[in-house]
Amino acid sequence: MSARENILNAIARNQPELIDVPVIDQNAVIRYEDKYVQFKTVLESIGGKAELISDLAVLKQQLIADKQSGNFVVNAIAELGDIDNQIAKLPAFELEKIEKAYIKGTVGVAENGAVWVFESQMINRLVPFICQHLILVIEKKDIVDTMHQAYEKLDVSKEGFGVFIAGPSKTADIEQSLVIGAHGARSAKIYVIE
Amino acid sequence: MTVKHADLAEKFIADEPRTDWHDETLWFVRAKRDKAAHGLPEWEQLREWGSQIKNRTLSNLSNYLIEFEKNALANGIKVHWASDAKEHNEIVHEIIKKHKIQKIVKSKSMLTEECHLNEYLQHHGIEVVDTDLGERIVQFRKEPPSHIVLPAIHLKKEDVSATFHEHLQTEKGNNDPQYLTEAARQHLRNKFVESDLAITGVNFAIAETGGFVVCTNEGNADMGAHTAAVHIACMGFEKLIPKAEHLSVFLRLLARSATGQPITTYSSHFHKPRPNQEMHVVIVDNGRSKQLGREDFRNSLKCIRCAACFNTCPVYRRSGGHSYHTAVAGPIGSILNPNLDMKANADLPFASTLCGSCSNVCPVKINIHEQLWKWRQVIVSEGYVATGKKAGMKGASFLFSNPKMYRLIGKVGRWSMRAFPLMINNKANPWFKQREMPEAPKESFRDWYLKNKKNKS
Repeated sequence: MSARENILNAIARNQPELIDVPVIDQNAVIRYEDKYVQFKTVLESIGGKAELISDLAVLKQQLIADKQSGNFVVNAIAELGDIDNQIAKLPAFELEKIEKAYIKGTVGVAENGAVWVFESQMINRLVPFICQHLILVIEKKDIVDTMHQAYEKLDVSKEGFGVFIAGPSKTADIEQSLVIGAHGARSAKIYVIE
Repeated sequence: MTVKHADLAEKFIADEPRTDWHDETLWFVRAKRDKAAHGLPEWEQLREWGSQIKNRTLSNLSNYLIEFEKNALANGIKVHWASDAKEHNEIVHEIIKKHKIQKIVKSKSMLTEECHLNEYLQHHGIEVVDTDLGERIVQFRKEPPSHIVLPAIHLKKEDVSATFHEHLQTEKGNNDPQYLTEAARQHLRNKFVESDLAITGVNFAIAETGGFVVCTNEGNADMGAHTAAVHIACMGFEKLIPKAEHLSVFLRLLARSATGQPITTYSSHFHKPRPNQEMHVVIVDNGRSKQLGREDFRNSLKCIRCAACFNTCPVYRRSGGHSYHTAVAGPIGSILNPNLDMKANADLPFASTLCGSCSNVCPVKINIHEQLWKWRQVIVSEGYVATGKKAGMKGASFLFSNPKMYRLIGKVGRWSMRAFPLMINNKANPWFKQREMPEAPKESFRDWYLKNKKNKS
């Protein structure tokens, strides 16, 4: 018998009697008066930044200025300008030079400051992790109270990869001292469009 | 049994200021957990849901595993099954050999620690770089992690500085965590960019979608997995959950219980390899199916590895992770490891005060302290307990079931403690070690009660 059959048979023999799946009653779950305020407060407590903007005009200007600075800046948001599709095929040692990346998110979560990003929104799976500074853009109407509503809104298996990102990369592995910028982005700013 | 918790703990506590620091630091993490938990009015309900989803999963595990495999294969993920640590290591090694790969990065996976994968691969001439900062620190020092979430919590920044000075040529005596972390960032970014194969753990595998979730704060799992041409994710089969919507419950519980964060920085959902990438999942038993059949102990398999039970445990905090001499230390380790090797780990269920704090903080409501107590009974009945302890217990059992004898011995004991204190307060008495013996009262509570009751009536 193969390992697979051995394991599955042993489990089938030893598992307890079938019981029901619990019903997750969302009425029992916290709601926030102002989801954006909660989102911003939590995000800033974990090292990120949030800013409310009325439209993308400000960001367009910022992107142009960033690109002119000579740094390697990647845009993945169609509404902001040309998308840098060439990074889809770049190897890691090239992507490692990315200073800043502009990426659109799908859903924001008020309870923990996390933003969901699909693979198609980041052009290359490495970009939101390997860039030095991360800019995420979400719509205010897409901020939900908790993870329960987030999973209700999202089909997480729709694409090959997707991620909740909550603030910049961090570690406290040396004497529990919080250091921002472990391996991933050193900063994370989330622009929320009203 | 070659090493025992008590002996290793004795070495750890020899440095008193460091023991105090360790104790206080972990208690601080526990306090952060409390603050995060109290921020949600539904916290207890959330624990209940977490517990029930895991109970359901264990009750239908064989079907969920078949469902997971079917969906993962449809997603283009290769699925492997390993009965034990040896098979797991061989499967991983086989994939590495097939691709003739030399450079490997690995993010945190307690399963690969349990299977001693690094040592196995090293033995076959393959070097693995651990990329979690804490794990990299202990890897440089050739030590195992001492905590499943905070691998280097037994070290001070001076230790890390000395280690990095030796291996990464950082400034001697520069103990600034910011500076040291930056040095590791530069060092490991090079490793990521060069690597051909990435190994990660799995926090949750979803039967319904055939995908898996990996949580990190540093981003090291993603840096490795999205760079390498081959990604191998290793999981114990109990990592399964039925549906994607159940992730909401577990991601809300996990980081809050572990470090008091509302969520880890990155919660990455892998469903398909990228174009031209190979993605493998290795599903491991290694004693888990046996544990599933032990009615008293099966729900230890609900564990989501948050380490809340470590941080709250008065014994763990004051004895350090290395004194548990196993990959998973702390209270949960003490109920998992006797299943793997009862003889070698017979000491662990005794490394507890049975205070129950572990069960109270567990996000999936494992009755850890009750299982510790039950393991003690199994271990004694299987004969894996030291002769001295066995004789002592037999003696106590005889004494406590003979009231007349008990009263007589009590009287003699009280008298001799007062008359010849050195008879008790000496090194031959293990209870005297690092403790002051209490002052012996003149009469027992029983004598006092009988006397006073008579006076009243």
